[in-house]
Parts: sequence; structure tokens; C-alpha cells
Amino acid sequence: MNPFKRSPLVIAATTLVYFFLYAPIVILVLYSFNASRANVKFEGFITSFSDRVQMDGSFVEASPCGPFHWYCDLSKNKDVIEAAGNTLTIAFTATIVATVIGTMAALALQRYDFKIKPFSQLSLYIPIVIPEIVMGIGILTLFSQSFGWLNQALNLTGDSRLALGIGTVTVSHIAFMVPFVTLVVQARLQGFDKSYEEAAMDLGANEWTTFWRITFPMILPGVLSGALLAFTLSLDDFVITFFTNGPGSTTLPIYVYGLLRRIITPQVNALSTVWIAIVFIAVLLLQWLQSRETKPSH
Amino acid sequence: MLQRFRENKSMQGTFLALPTTLWLFVLLIIPLFLTLVVSFGQRSPDGDVIFSFGLHNYIRLFGYSTDCPGGQTSCFDPLYVNILWRSLTLAFNTTVCVILLAYPLAYFIARAHPKRRNMFLFMVLIPLWTNFVIRVYAWMMLLRKEGAINIVLGWFANLLGLDFTPLEMLYTPGAVLVGMVYEFLPFMILPIYTSLEKIDNSLYEAAADLGANAFKTLLRVTLPLSMPGVVAGTILVFIPVMGTFIVSDILGGRQVILVGNLIQRQFLDARDPTFGSAASLILMVMTLIVTYFYTRKFGFGEEIVAA
Repeated sequence: MNPFKRSPLVIAATTLVYFFLYAPIVILVLYSFNASRANVKFEGFITSFSDRVQMDGSFVEASPCGPFHWYCDLSKNKDVIEAAGNTLTIAFTATIVATVIGTMAALALQRYDFKIKPFSQLSLYIPIVIPEIVMGIGILTLFSQSFGWLNQALNLTGDSRLALGIGTVTVSHIAFMVPFVTLVVQARLQGFDKSYEEAAMDLGANEWTTFWRITFPMILPGVLSGALLAFTLSLDDFVITFFTNGPGSTTLPIYVYGLLRRIITPQVNALSTVWIAIVFIAVLLLQWLQSRETKPSH
Repeated sequence: MLQRFRENKSMQGTFLALPTTLWLFVLLIIPLFLTLVVSFGQRSPDGDVIFSFGLHNYIRLFGYSTDCPGGQTSCFDPLYVNILWRSLTLAFNTTVCVILLAYPLAYFIARAHPKRRNMFLFMVLIPLWTNFVIRVYAWMMLLRKEGAINIVLGWFANLLGLDFTPLEMLYTPGAVLVGMVYEFLPFMILPIYTSLEKIDNSLYEAAADLGANAFKTLLRVTLPLSMPGVVAGTILVFIPVMGTFIVSDILGGRQVILVGNLIQRQFLDARDPTFGSAASLILMVMTLIVTYFYTRKFGFGEEIVAA
């Protein structure tokens, strides 16, 4: 029996689901070249270097960027650039902290016995079993109440006042990212052959050397995939950010959400297309790295 | 001191786990406790919290109203109960649709040639990596009256020589369902794939040897063995759908209000954090009850981590 034999029914269903998954993405990219300013209707592609009179009589002026008119607009949009900067700053900082402390916790939970272990393990499941909005408003309440008290108690005024901003967003992101890092690294540690470590110790390496020369390289793929997962969670997060951001800490998802309540130009599509392209390139790069990593062992 | 630390395994473990545990305690557990406390409180005229103890928010949530027609002092107002019920049924419907769509795809990937499996999996993940809000917005462009679906339908109608009036799809409960299914589909595909991939091929051969046809094999071998994946996927889909407010906000307009929207509005528009806290506590209790009974029957699959 051919193990890869598939029924036409499964193939048909699969094709349909892939079509469903990609239809919105294709539309997004297509509309980023839309000649219409309002992005409600598709009025054909932007033609380069020529003024265009639209059906309603309004003008789309000549664009020096040709069909990439909306991409040019985007590159001049200060708000978008600031939001992109915030998004990346938050994601990078939070990923580094979450990966370090999450890996430490995974080691502790897998290798050691200590008093608070059951509590530590249990708290990891909170972000999985509780809706994000509940955590979001909880964290907002914590910050707003404690900041109120602290500002009063410490007599903080003006710029030195504690307020919602990049700091609060980052700290909150770490909270919901850490459990994912820990659980992924823990899964990796479960399949770990301890005899390598014992061999290193027998050969005279101390615990510190053993960790950095043996244990860490072996769990590195788990740590990296945990970090990658955390990073994408942070980039994608809307709910927690929505409740913990303040003036000056707008991220891209928050910015796009804000736009949806006003007039939307195809700039949003250009932004999304750039985003998709970056993700796509990153994925290809990762695939390529992984294939290089696994090749010698074959 | 350092010597003692080197020899004491328990101290080392505590030291390693402490940053994470503290972080989660301060930012997840204390906020949950605070939400509970605030939900008993009262709203001050300028939208602050007056800490007190009363069940008024919960009583209001479950239908007690003082704003009644015909001079009554109190009556039953089903507004919030309806919102809770709508969220629950929508989450249920979404989960069922997602399972039906995810299963064949996960099966296809699990049975694909090992060389191509990773590619098919990445194809599932790429839409997931384009931002959540952007994906919902893309559905707006598909569903609206002048949108892509109506354009394509119009072409077909033209080809067949039929009259075509554009369908009103945006701002309907159906649009919200489609958006939710789209958003959370990958979270079902991955765990089902993980559990299907674990099934040993010899089991299929044995089933075939014993004379089972394709349908019987699916029913007696594949489905039961992939249940852990379905359970994990259900948890990963049902819980977020219960709390999401962007999909209903953007694709439902003001027509489809879910608990998520209710909570968000209480915090930002109505400025009553105490009522919002009560609603979010009820939301949490509802999801915990459903997950508890569901996992008690089927077990809490390790597929959640694998996904």
C-alpha cells in the first residue's frame, strides 16, 4: 500500500482550504496597487507617470513612483515609521528577556526540585486558558491603580510621572510570552539524553562548562524556536498592547486599527504587503538555515 | 554562602525559576485578583474605582434592571445575558467550522511526502504571520458591497446573463463567523497535524489487512488516535474566540456585540471599569468551566505545546 496515496476528496478539500487561507492575502497585495484613493472600490492599477481622472471626477495625481505610489506615500508617513520602530523595539527587548528567563525556568522545572515548583508550573498555563482580554484589562487596572498611588506617594509630577508607554507594553508582552518559551524549551529538555552531560562531568568538566559546552548547544534549537514564537507573538499582539500602550507607544497593529475607524487609503495595503514580504523572506531564510543545519547528519 | 548555593539543588532551582514565576505572579495573577476586587466596587462619577463590596455589577450583568417601562422599579433586561449567550454560541460554531476545515488539511499534510511536509506547514503559517488586524481588514475588502467577492459573483452572473444585485455581507453575524474561522484556523491545523503525524503507518496497513475500507479506517483508526490534537486545537480556538473583540468590531459593525466588545467599551467608552471587570470575570469563569468539562472528558493534550 502506498502510504502517500490520497483520496481526491481530501485533495479537493485541501485545495479549498488553502484558497480560503490565501484569498485575503492576494486581495491585500492587489489593492496596494489600487488607483482609487478610498480603497473601497478597485478602480484598476495605478498607471505610471500620468494623471488619472477617476469615475467620481476626482484626481489621482501623477506619481513619480509609478505603480508604487502608495509605497512612496508610506515611506513618507512619519506615524508608520514611528509605529514600526516601536513594534520592533518592544518585540526585540521582550523576546530577549522572555527567552533568557523562560529558558532558566524550563531548566529549573525539568531538572530541579524546589518548594514553589508546582506553583511555577501551574502559572505557565494561565495565558493559554484565560482569554487575552481578561489579562489585558487586569494589567491595565494594575498599572493605572498602582501608578496613581505611586505618583501621589512619591510626589511625581510632569514628565517624571509613571505612565503607560513603551515600558508597560514591553513588560506586559514578556508576561504573556514567557510561558510559551518555557513550555517549548521544556518539551525539548524532555527528550534530552543525560548521558552526554554525565560523560562531560566524568571527563572533568564542572557544571558551568558542562552547561555551556554540552547542554546549551543541545537545547539551542528549542530555545531558538521558543524565541521565534515569542517574537511573532509580540509582533502580532493587539489586545494586550491595546490596553497597555500610551501616547508615543503606538505599535503597527494599533496604528492600523486606528486607521480602520477613519479613511483608509491603499497605504494600509502597501504596509501589509511590505509586512508579508518581510515575513516571507524571513521564513525562506529560516528554512534555508534549517536545511543547512540538518544536512550533515544525513 | 556561595558554597551552600552550589550544593543546594533546591536553592538553585528556586533561583532559576524565580524571575519567570515573579513576573507571572505580578503581571498575571495579581491582575486577576485585582479584577475580582474591582468587580465588586463602584464607579465614581469621573470613571475611577471606588473600592467597596457589592454584587450590583453581577446582578446587572444577569438581567436586573432599574430602567424599566411602565413605572416598575425593577425588571429583567436580557441585554447582557444575550451578549454572553451570543459569544458562547459563536465560539461553539467557530470551533465546529474550524475542525471541519482543519481536519482534511492536517490529514493531507500528515500523509504528504516527508520532504514536502514542512513546506505545506509553512504555507499554513504564512497568513498567520501577517498581522491579526490586517487579516481582519482584508476580509473587509472581500466582503463589502463593492468588494472582491461581489465583483467576482457579478462577473459570473454576467457570463450567465443573469441580473445581479450585490450581496450585503459585511456587518452581519455571518461575516463575524467567517472572520473568526479564518483567524483561528491555523491553531487547529497544527495540533491535529501533530497527532496525525504520530500515527504509525503500520496501523493503516493492519487495518487494510483486516479488511477495513477507507471510511472504516478513518472512523476506527485515524479519528480516535487524533483526538488529542482535536482537543488541544479546540482549547486553542474556543478560548480566544470567546474573548476577541476586533473581529466583531470590524466585520460586525455595531450589529454583533460580544463579551469582548462589552468589556472593551466599559473600559474605554462607558468608563465603568467595575462593570467591565465583572463581565471579564464572568467571561473567564465561562471559558474555564467549558475547558474543564471538555478536558475532563478527553484529557489535556500535550499537543498544545507541540503546536
